[in-house]
Amino acid sequence: MSDLSQFLDNEPVVATAGTDMLAVSIEQQGSTVSRADWRPPAAGTEDALNVLFSDDRMRDANEVAVGRMLAVRPHLADVKVARDVITGMTDRTFLHAGPPLEWDRASGPMKGAIIGAMLYEGLADDPDDAAARAARGEIELSPCHHHDAVGPMAGVTSPSMPVAVVEDAAGDGVSYSTLNEGLGKVLRYGAFAPEVIDRLRWMDAVLGPVLKAVLASTGPIDLQSLIAQALQMGDDGHNRNRAVTSLFLREIAGALIDGADASVENRRAVFDFINGNDHFMLNLVMAAGKLGSMAASGVPSSSLVTVMARNGTDFGVRLSGTGDRWFIAPAPPVDGLYLGSFTEEDASPDIGDSTITETVGLGGFAMGAAPAIVGFVGGTAAGAVRRTLAMYEITMTEHPMYQVPMLEFRGTPVGIDASRIVRTGVLPQINTGVAGKVPGTGMVGAGLVEAPMECFTQGITALAEVSR
Amino acid sequence: MISRVEVHRGRYHDSVRLMQASKALQEVPGVTDALVAMATELNLSLLADMEFDMDEVAGIGPNDLLLAIRAETEEAIEAAHRALDEALTPKVVPSGGLDGPDPKTIGTAARLNGANVALLSVPGEHAFVEAMEALQDGLHVMIFSDNVPIEQEITLKEYGVSRDLLVMGPDCGTTIVNGLGLGFANAVQPGPVSMVGASGTGIQEMCALLDDAGVGVKHALGTGSHDLSEDVGASSTLQALEALDADPETELIVVISKPPAAAVADKVRRVASECATPVVITFMGETTLEEGAGEVLDALGKPRPDYGSWEAPEREHRPGSVRGLFSGGTLRSEARHVAMPYLGPIGTREEDEGHTFIDYGDDEYTQGRAHPMIDQTVRVERLAATAHDETVGVVLMDVVLGYGSNANPAAELAPIVRRVVDSGVAVVVSLCGTRGDPQGRDAQATALNEAGASVYLSNAAAAREAVRLATTRSSS
Repeated sequence: MSDLSQFLDNEPVVATAGTDMLAVSIEQQGSTVSRADWRPPAAGTEDALNVLFSDDRMRDANEVAVGRMLAVRPHLADVKVARDVITGMTDRTFLHAGPPLEWDRASGPMKGAIIGAMLYEGLADDPDDAAARAARGEIELSPCHHHDAVGPMAGVTSPSMPVAVVEDAAGDGVSYSTLNEGLGKVLRYGAFAPEVIDRLRWMDAVLGPVLKAVLASTGPIDLQSLIAQALQMGDDGHNRNRAVTSLFLREIAGALIDGADASVENRRAVFDFINGNDHFMLNLVMAAGKLGSMAASGVPSSSLVTVMARNGTDFGVRLSGTGDRWFIAPAPPVDGLYLGSFTEEDASPDIGDSTITETVGLGGFAMGAAPAIVGFVGGTAAGAVRRTLAMYEITMTEHPMYQVPMLEFRGTPVGIDASRIVRTGVLPQINTGVAGKVPGTGMVGAGLVEAPMECFTQGITALAEVSR
Repeated sequence: MISRVEVHRGRYHDSVRLMQASKALQEVPGVTDALVAMATELNLSLLADMEFDMDEVAGIGPNDLLLAIRAETEEAIEAAHRALDEALTPKVVPSGGLDGPDPKTIGTAARLNGANVALLSVPGEHAFVEAMEALQDGLHVMIFSDNVPIEQEITLKEYGVSRDLLVMGPDCGTTIVNGLGLGFANAVQPGPVSMVGASGTGIQEMCALLDDAGVGVKHALGTGSHDLSEDVGASSTLQALEALDADPETELIVVISKPPAAAVADKVRRVASECATPVVITFMGETTLEEGAGEVLDALGKPRPDYGSWEAPEREHRPGSVRGLFSGGTLRSEARHVAMPYLGPIGTREEDEGHTFIDYGDDEYTQGRAHPMIDQTVRVERLAATAHDETVGVVLMDVVLGYGSNANPAAELAPIVRRVVDSGVAVVVSLCGTRGDPQGRDAQATALNEAGASVYLSNAAAAREAVRLATTRSSS
């Protein structure tokens, strides 16, 4: 029986958008109706939307793109030195978070992190010397995202740093991230005091080699499985990584005891370092996310958001169907809670590649799974759940593995659709840390931020151009 | 007996949930043993105890999901898989303060209630995207909005035809499917007649006339006012005609349209003539809705009735032209078609001299307000003005009842009608409504009649009465 004949066989089931009067008149007849709280799309996107909706290309492309994103099986395979594995990395290359950036336009924490990394690499005598050399162009700045890598906050990755190598067990993608230094005064928040540099040196001398040996013993560790479990233990994968870090320690504990060729002191130090840093796994969750993002990139006509990233100055977005183009708007301030006596006056604008977690159904999108951090969303667990629920409007599907217990184990909203963002005005909700704006300060708080609409209106306009 | 062991690497569910899933599997008819669990040491030994083949599970660990089923048939194994999918991906909608924000697009709204038709009244320049999304989601679409570019209408209708989905509109005021009215629609009794209409008030008037003659309506599918234009080529009309022809409960089809493009009219006639179901065609400009209803009644073997009327007592009214104040475009057209042979030229714009029949539902008069079937402000104002306009002798106006229309139009109009009648102007009302309409058809008629208006259920009859009054002046 044809669809139309079937339609004529029953009382219709109606959904409405527009005048409420028409919905009311259906209810008057004793039937029910589902109403859309419709609003006009973002100004200037009407023509682009009309183009993108004129056939099935975008819809089909989105199905392909999000399918690829969800098909990856990220495994932590190895720890190597950045210059040895990251394509395009020279001895003068300093990767950074977010879209492309020049030294002159860099924010305080970004400059601080670059200074710290130059001191760590031995390319400068002191902070002033480092700043002067960077300003003269003696180093090359390049976004992590241009090198299959991601970095939290400033995201500065220099040639000597140990990086996690995350491989796709279901494909051939490989992504990279630095190892997490902990909270407080750390390079990624723009701190460059001697203790910061000393820690980085310890990480390349001890942490990296020990983890490498541990992984050689355990074999590749399934990150997605750990993240899925952690979501049922109160993590969001962005602002809370306590559970996944604990799970990771369990995974490696045996090999750390007897599988690594290292001194007892060093093995103990590695254990204490990871155990003492609830965010140790953030970087690995991010690298896992990057792998999905890479797989989903480059599907013509797809409006899937593959990258959201900030460098402290700009917020950048990439869409699957527009390839390597960045759509950029000023990085917004973070609505945050502050440590100690810090206030929003001390805060730098939004920074970091960690928004890769939101692009793969974690972070703000999994807020409903993380009641422990509801302080960021008005303090109620219900508020956190509502935050997750709001994101289903702008996503293509539900994550098959990442689930929210409070939503009866519904999959997290995943596959951000830029066309739905501009249509609805609903912006991606991001959980994030806040860096101090003065170089060298470090972390001052954590909170929430919304991706700027402008990035998505530009993206949708460009996508329509190439789809015409 | 068939045994099956599967491993899903990296798929995690907590143990309580998996125990529930195992239980669900064991309850599947034909399944004798089932285990769904993370592949921990304990669960692997359980699997061995259950005498499953352990070769499949070599090298798996506690982060991998294990599925083992023993069943009598391959069908039972398949049923177990379905039960597992169901157990692990529940679609329970949470409640208790955990409701999400209201849906913001038609797609999301439709998913919430499993809708099969989208009713869109967003501004015309935005209707295309919502309509296309609804079609892509497999919904039929009714676009109430006007001002949708014709190329977009064509794209939507071509897409709809390719998916066997009906696009009703743009500018579609009325649809009724199995008694449920969308847009402006009258309460109808179920019956043998179905309609296809490129005119909302045309459908409403036909419903009202058939209702008064005791004939019910099965479906009335609106197609939008541009459907019978050259460009659109009756795309939705032909699609609806075919669907209604296939509908076993439809015994007779009425096609209603404002004057169509000639070539398109021929095409519709040709397709109609090939239908197994009898088709009555009512194109405005060629005939009237009253005549169309008559043909329907003839075909059904029913007598043509005297449609209901509530006549005002004869009284002297002043000389002058007829002022038509309409809310329905098709009712205006029909009245004009009836009156022109007797009155000569009839203007359609307010600035015209002599007899004028104005459609206040036209864009020109609806800027920034609701349709005059809902918001009568403009018409009430114009009606009141006739009391002081010495050039006007007769007012002819429609009042359209039904779902979606003003809840009590007579209450607003009656005092003004009284004042106008007292000033010496005759008032004739064409009342479009059925006995089941929520406003109460007869109560509305009585209220207007008591205020001094003559009220007719047939719009054509109302127009004839206006002509009679204008041409005979006083008819005592």
